[in-house]
Amino acid sequence: MTGVWNVETLVPLPVLLPLFAAGLTLALYRFPAVQRIISVTALAATTAASAALVAVADSGPLVVDVGGWAAPVGIDLVADRLSALMLTVSGIMLLCVLLYSLGQGVAEGDEASSGRVGDAIPVAIFHPTYLVLAAGVANAFLSGDLFNLYVGFEILLAASAVLLTLGGTAERVRAGSVYIIVALAASLLFLAAIALIYAATGTVNMAQLAERLPDVDPTVRLALQLLLLLAFGIKAAIFPLSAWLPDSYPTAPAPVTAVFAGLLTKIGVYSVLRTQTVMFPDDERVDRILLVAALLTMLVGILGAVAQNDVKRLLSFTLVSHIGFMIFGVALATEAGTAAAIFYVVHHISVQTALFLVVGLVEWRGGSTSLDRLGGLAKLAPVLALLFFVPALNLAGIPPMSGFLGKVGLLTEGVRVGSPLAWALVVGSVATSLLTLYAVVKAWNKAFWQTAPPEVATEGSVPRGMMLPAGALVAFGLTLTVVAGPLYGYAERAAAASMDGRSYVEAVFPGGRDRGTGESVEVAGTSGERDPADVAGGERP
Amino acid sequence: MTVLENTPSAVLVLAVGVLCGTGVYLLLERPLTRVLLGFVLIGNGVNLMLLVAGGRAGASPIVGNAPNDEPMSDPLAQAMILTSIVITLALTALVLAVAYRSWQLHGHDEVADDVEDRRVARQAALNAPAFEDADATETGETLDEEAAEVYDEVADDDPDGQTPGDAPTDTPGGAR
Repeated sequence: MTGVWNVETLVPLPVLLPLFAAGLTLALYRFPAVQRIISVTALAATTAASAALVAVADSGPLVVDVGGWAAPVGIDLVADRLSALMLTVSGIMLLCVLLYSLGQGVAEGDEASSGRVGDAIPVAIFHPTYLVLAAGVANAFLSGDLFNLYVGFEILLAASAVLLTLGGTAERVRAGSVYIIVALAASLLFLAAIALIYAATGTVNMAQLAERLPDVDPTVRLALQLLLLLAFGIKAAIFPLSAWLPDSYPTAPAPVTAVFAGLLTKIGVYSVLRTQTVMFPDDERVDRILLVAALLTMLVGILGAVAQNDVKRLLSFTLVSHIGFMIFGVALATEAGTAAAIFYVVHHISVQTALFLVVGLVEWRGGSTSLDRLGGLAKLAPVLALLFFVPALNLAGIPPMSGFLGKVGLLTEGVRVGSPLAWALVVGSVATSLLTLYAVVKAWNKAFWQTAPPEVATEGSVPRGMMLPAGALVAFGLTLTVVAGPLYGYAERAAAASMDGRSYVEAVFPGGRDRGTGESVEVAGTSGERDPADVAGGERP
Repeated sequence: MTVLENTPSAVLVLAVGVLCGTGVYLLLERPLTRVLLGFVLIGNGVNLMLLVAGGRAGASPIVGNAPNDEPMSDPLAQAMILTSIVITLALTALVLAVAYRSWQLHGHDEVADDVEDRRVARQAALNAPAFEDADATETGETLDEEAAEVYDEVADDDPDGQTPGDAPTDTPGGAR
């Protein structure tokens, strides 16, 4: 780190910008207008930096050694194609949801006098927490170090717990306590896995793990891998670790639910992907377990969705169900499968967030999220109907939208692999898609087509400040179809680099040299005469 | 170069086991404060595990500080433990806040039932088809309110006997 502004400077920005902005907004809690400007600027800058990273990382991963200590000793941030892509999509999403929540806050400020404050967000706490969440997400995506990934998880866990219990109403405290306990248990499992991995290999650096784990005894390795996957599986809401999700998400304010649905589970999926591709060598037993889990996640999730009568809960169950598609792609353990999974994650972040935002609008306009108390919205709010219809069909995978393309990628690869389990997954995917269509069409029929019950006001409008960001996100989902070719190509290159793992390791350890061989032992052994510069990447004969 | 002996100490390993075991027991309890204690215990157990993973204790890991032949402890494990202690502290505060809020609202800090649990219980009681909105039924309480009132520790306080197991058989619409 010579202080020169080079392209690597971009890498820590997605973590630092929101974190500093969070501090600023907290200090300026008395000035909501200033807070809004800071938040929007910080997230816009983050998104811009991430988009730049997408372009730069296409020619090879960027590595920054935080604090100037080189990789196995210090913590490094690695921006490869996968991280950059995830960062950009989540940045766009975070920005849209922030604008939406501002629209809602402004509108609710107006409505406060008329007694309609059900979802009011205490802005003073909301902004810093939201920005900390963004920083935690970025840290998790960029981390090249298992322990730093854990820290990222904890940052976003703390932030998400605060967002989930905003206002401290009875139902949010109930949902929040379940969420917090489950998340804490997952964190403890993750930390235990880190301790055991450190005991087995003497490192927690992902690139170094990629080099050392193949030499670990296969039985021990299997235990380590399963423990990590268990922790990530809770985060990603993979069945049977998914029961907490549909219970805790729907009670939060609409923008918060949208962020959680779009992002938090995807971080779990991302971590599973990293575990399966970069760190651990391919293990068929684990792949098989993941395939079965993916199948069950899809089917149990979507059957749960079909039985729901509340739009928010229905969507939460489809969220669980569609995690199965991503795990399916990862568990195929082929390049094309991983590529399809990456594309699907991008698609699903945009579409699921858009749907939750639109449902927030439906609740605003219709006064409820229960399908029995909604109706006639197609006539009363045609634009809103369109905004719901497009991402709903996208979620179900109607051609030519991005959901269809992602599913085609997964199914093609499933058929090509052709094992009995892969075929079962193919059949399960098709069934899940049809049931998704059934679930969203049911929501559509009841909320938009059935005769409006008397509770639904015939007059009224949806604030434009909320409509526009939701519309932008829907449009973004459609854009994914337009740019599907290049995007899919990018996902394929990201998958190829992940499966191979060499470029990742080489970026972290230039020259392909594992500088930290036996690091933990060496530290213990070299006592006085060790020069830090030597460890931090000084030259060796 | 002297290499530290890496065989873990049995006392530490036993301590990890005891802490995690009691922690899991507490984590499975209903009140949030006990869950929190369980979390803290397991957290300490896992921290000890990290310590064990770092090898045996040696001289303080400051270059130039140790006598020449004495091996240093592994500083990385200690750095990780410190970080995780701080994180545990922050999360403890968070859970305490939620527990306190829950106590303010309900007079107890038990984790309430899943809303879905309540729905199943209510529908079992009514023997109603699943596609009707359970929240729209005539009891006047939302599922959330009901979930908050039904709790384990004082099962006798259960207002209308609607625990999941005891569905009345003579409710309206009970044709099978």
